[in-house]
Amino acid sequence: MRINVIWYCIKQGVKNICRNIWFSLASIATISACVFLFCLFFSLIANIQSTIKNMEDTVGITVLFDEDLEEADILALGTAIGSRSEIKEMVYVSAQEAWEEFQADYFVGHEELAAGFAQDNPLAGSASYVIYVYHIEDQDRLASYLQALDGVRQVNYSHKVIEGFAGFNRVVSLLSLAIIGVLLAVAMFLISNTISVAAAFRKRESQIMRLVGATNFMIRAPFIVEGLLIGITGAVIPLAGIYILYSWAAGYLAARFSVPSEIFSFVPIENIYPVMMVTALLLGGGIGFWGSFFTIRKYSKV
Amino acid sequence: MIEFLDVCMTYDTGNKALRNINIAIGDKEFVFIMGRSGSGKSTLLKLLTKEAEPASGQIFVNNWDLGRMKKRFVPKYRRSLGVVFQDFQLLNDRNVFENVAFAQRVIGASSRTIRETVPQMLKLVGLSSKYKYLPQQLSGGEQQRVAIARALVNRPEVLLADEPTGNLDYENAVGIIRLLQDINRLGTTVVMVTHSQEIVDQTGGRVVVLDKGQIVSDEIC
Repeated sequence: MRINVIWYCIKQGVKNICRNIWFSLASIATISACVFLFCLFFSLIANIQSTIKNMEDTVGITVLFDEDLEEADILALGTAIGSRSEIKEMVYVSAQEAWEEFQADYFVGHEELAAGFAQDNPLAGSASYVIYVYHIEDQDRLASYLQALDGVRQVNYSHKVIEGFAGFNRVVSLLSLAIIGVLLAVAMFLISNTISVAAAFRKRESQIMRLVGATNFMIRAPFIVEGLLIGITGAVIPLAGIYILYSWAAGYLAARFSVPSEIFSFVPIENIYPVMMVTALLLGGGIGFWGSFFTIRKYSKV
Repeated sequence: MIEFLDVCMTYDTGNKALRNINIAIGDKEFVFIMGRSGSGKSTLLKLLTKEAEPASGQIFVNNWDLGRMKKRFVPKYRRSLGVVFQDFQLLNDRNVFENVAFAQRVIGASSRTIRETVPQMLKLVGLSSKYKYLPQQLSGGEQQRVAIARALVNRPEVLLADEPTGNLDYENAVGIIRLLQDINRLGTTVVMVTHSQEIVDQTGGRVVVLDKGQIVSDEIC
């Protein structure tokens, strides 16, 4: 294809936008709203998933055994548990190690208080396994399995928090899909209207084009360029906005609220932006392209 | 060059626009299609431009069988035709040069070709000095000349003119007919639809008369 043909189509597409500037602005605004919400939910979901991942890495299931169980039996039970596929890592904490950890946590600066226990380990019978799973949603199933084992006294895990996060993630995903879906339909409708108006403006031109032997491609291309430009502009604006907003919000919230950083920390914008940008541009461009393509097919048949 | 064989055409409303049309138009001929309003003259041109399809019969143009032509060849076929309308169909936001160049731009002609061909066409129709004028700054006759230049710029073998003098006074109409005759002498087949007996009498040549969708006479005046 000749460069001047491409240039002609782009020029006519821009002219169309300028001719119906208000319709075009309305379409850009709707696509912007759609893409902005997409970016917002994308960021939110990325952060929730990052938090869940952190939880998977840092929040484990603690298994405590019957006090009269010998260490060899505990280790044998550990070997059996460790063969399960959902387990990523298991750490054995003996009664002695548990007591030393406790002293380190609670008797710092008052070591003389711990000396009173001498050879008597108050945490005898507290040998445990801390188990980390690959996927946090497997915790419930694994905990039920562990509780049913002979020799297991207690199983501790934060299932409420985890369930809450996983549930929240699901709700946010569904909500975002629903809202984006509605906005997508509105954006498509507006693009279609904008292109219809442009097609009406250029009816005579299209008629002449047809009769002098222009191909369907040449007749439709300016309208598709118009749709694409509207779609891409509608994506670029919220992308710039979300970059600024996210960077500011991450700094502000981190300074304002203190949350354990090993569990929750904002995913750096640089980590999520490339995927978000490509997806948002495809979304905006896609709405513009398909909205205009389907509309103009009705108006321009050779 | 152009041949209609037993062509019938019925609109969706059930109105029979053409009945058993048989015409053969040779290379470089100048033919008038005459008839009253509703006689089927414009329908005949629509069949030639592939804007409408016949109900039955065959149409051949420059060895193209229009009934068997695949859609993807329609643009290529239309490039072998030039079409002129009664209402000129010019683009009012573009000057004379751009109106003529438009027909080349939309088929992907290079800028160099456009720069070479458009001035030649404007010279042919006598509008070289007005290439920067907008259509509304021209008289009706001049606007029709621009339309003719646009129809000819892609060097078609056939020029179809649908009442090209319908909106013009007699003097301008005669000027347009003379221009079409000049174009015909240069080797382009011209098929002109008109309902003006005056124009036909003044010009002479082959005249096909239609009435109620049928050919009632085909003779040289």
